[in-house]
Amino acid sequence: MADDKSNAAKYWKANVRLIAGCLVVWAFVSYGCAILFRPLLAGIPVGGTDLGFWFAQQGSILTFIGIIFFYAWKMNKLDKKFGLEE
Amino acid sequence: MSQFAINLLFVGASFALYIGIAIWARAGSTKDFYVAGGGVHPITNGMATAADWMSAASFISMAGLLASGGYANSTFLMGWTGGYVILAMLLAPYLRKFGKFTVPDFIGDRFYSNTARLVAVVCLIVASVTYVIGQMTGAGVAFSRFLEVSNTWGIWLAALIVFLYAVFGGMKGITYTQVAQYVVLIIAYTIPAVFIAFQLTGNPIPMFGMFSTHTESGIPLLEKLDDVVNALGFRDYTADVDNKLNMVLFTLSLMVGTAGLPHVIIRFFTVPKVADARWSAGWALVFIALLYLTAPAVGSMARLNLATTVYPEMAGQVENYEEAAQNPILYEERPDWVRTWEETGLINFTDLNNDGRIQMYNDSADFSDRGWEGNELTVNNDILVLANPEIANLPSWVIGLIAAGGIAAALSTAAGLLLAISSAISHDLIKTMINPKITEKGEMLAARISMGGAILLATYLGLNPPGFAAQTVALAFGIAGASLFPALMMGIFSTRMNNSGAVAGMLAGLLSTLLYIFTFLGWFFVPDTNMLANTPDNWIFGISPLSFGAVGAMINFAVAFAVCSVTKAPPQEIQDLVESVRFPKGAGIAVDH
Repeated sequence: MADDKSNAAKYWKANVRLIAGCLVVWAFVSYGCAILFRPLLAGIPVGGTDLGFWFAQQGSILTFIGIIFFYAWKMNKLDKKFGLEE
Repeated sequence: MSQFAINLLFVGASFALYIGIAIWARAGSTKDFYVAGGGVHPITNGMATAADWMSAASFISMAGLLASGGYANSTFLMGWTGGYVILAMLLAPYLRKFGKFTVPDFIGDRFYSNTARLVAVVCLIVASVTYVIGQMTGAGVAFSRFLEVSNTWGIWLAALIVFLYAVFGGMKGITYTQVAQYVVLIIAYTIPAVFIAFQLTGNPIPMFGMFSTHTESGIPLLEKLDDVVNALGFRDYTADVDNKLNMVLFTLSLMVGTAGLPHVIIRFFTVPKVADARWSAGWALVFIALLYLTAPAVGSMARLNLATTVYPEMAGQVENYEEAAQNPILYEERPDWVRTWEETGLINFTDLNNDGRIQMYNDSADFSDRGWEGNELTVNNDILVLANPEIANLPSWVIGLIAAGGIAAALSTAAGLLLAISSAISHDLIKTMINPKITEKGEMLAARISMGGAILLATYLGLNPPGFAAQTVALAFGIAGASLFPALMMGIFSTRMNNSGAVAGMLAGLLSTLLYIFTFLGWFFVPDTNMLANTPDNWIFGISPLSFGAVGAMINFAVAFAVCSVTKAPPQEIQDLVESVRFPKGAGIAVDH
């Protein structure tokens, strides 16, 4: 029972770490590249405008999709590693 | 065949499909009714979630918002997609593991408090009812424009169709009609976009066409658009935003609001496994992105098309925009689509300087040196998508497709919202709080009656829109983000969070957000009751009332933890419950009790 508990606690810690990492990327592309750092990226041209604009209207959404699939894939591996899958 | 007959054919065929599905997918048990039996494939659920999510606003208004706001309105694109990332990681899998039917179910059980349950039910109903009115009026607009019936008949017709599959099929009927509606709406949205992208840039893929060269002028499309709107006194389409704090908070409010909206969350209760809930969120975003990545292309291209229709000399290579602006088209020679839409009142022309030509420009810019006495053509943003096929001279079957697509977008979202409302009433209020002894059969009947009642209420409010009907973004997203999202997240991520903390937090988030909104938009949105004028100078730290949901969420978290730290820890069985929702092992399909 105690082992089960510490196993589940370790699993949860690994999950929270993974979430934190994913959220950093999530915030970086949307709040970072698309909004706050747009002036810094103004020098990088993308088809008639700049990289920040592309991130705001295309890049961030594409990255979001990547993050969710990466998280789902990683969590499936974690589920198995800790023997906590269904 | 006339355009009317073609529209009728497309809309009629799509309705026949929905009704066919309704007959096939009848609900036999409360589990069927609330969570479609719990056996929906993650990709199927992803598609249904996409239709559930993409409302009349996404289908009809999104491109228009982008066309008018340019870069500044990218907030909607990021906010309404980025919410799925937090939903997939912070809520969906654990709520699926918890395995109940509704969102208030989790809040009530996790915080062992019927007060918490009741606050959640009230938040859910206010957010969903506000949201559903827009769907009914959106369906009304689409019906009246394409099927030449009155707005009133359009809304009644929409209500009847939803009634057929939602009352009999519940979540099961709704899920499979939403899949069909997704297919209809995405085809309807992308086909005109492909045609227009090809016409303007030679690249048939809208997401790439938007960033490639505009064929007629030989310069990049967005650069061309900046030049054209500039010549008409507008800011550059791609211009940066000064108030970055507000832009960040608005995007964040839309994201947490998206993740906290009950009609989206309950879709993830229908998949068989916890792992499926994670995959399903990814698939949902893929299907949503097909439309959301196309919308910016539709918006920018429609804006350019509109401007060059009015000022034909601006279309090609332009040496001097000052000169090109001198010769807009004569009102007498306006294209047919302008005539059609004038009849609906969504396009208006007034010849202010009596020269017989259409001067369309930024009304706050002064062009008296050009002999212009004010903007003469007003175009409602909402018609851009609906009129797109006509503006680009596409074949008439594409117009029929747009009609069916717009109606599909409105109906699919309406059905999801109505299910969230009716299950909160029949399951959380009647079954859990008022009469726990009710039989399975009795609860089914209660669920069907609540669904019928919710449809009647939505129809009534669609016919007589109250003042708050236009406030979906402020009210629905504000409440979901400031009240429901933090409560759900703390319920999973903090074992220590107790009933007092959660209730205090939800109320603090809800009331602070409402107070801020009402201060600027009027008490209960009654005109002229606002205490401060709704202008950026008055906003605290430049935060608009629409962006306050994120601040409300922070207040919710802060108050909840403060109250929780001075009150008793939750009982051991609740702490065990929290620990058990954190991993997939041992989850069954969603069960009653």
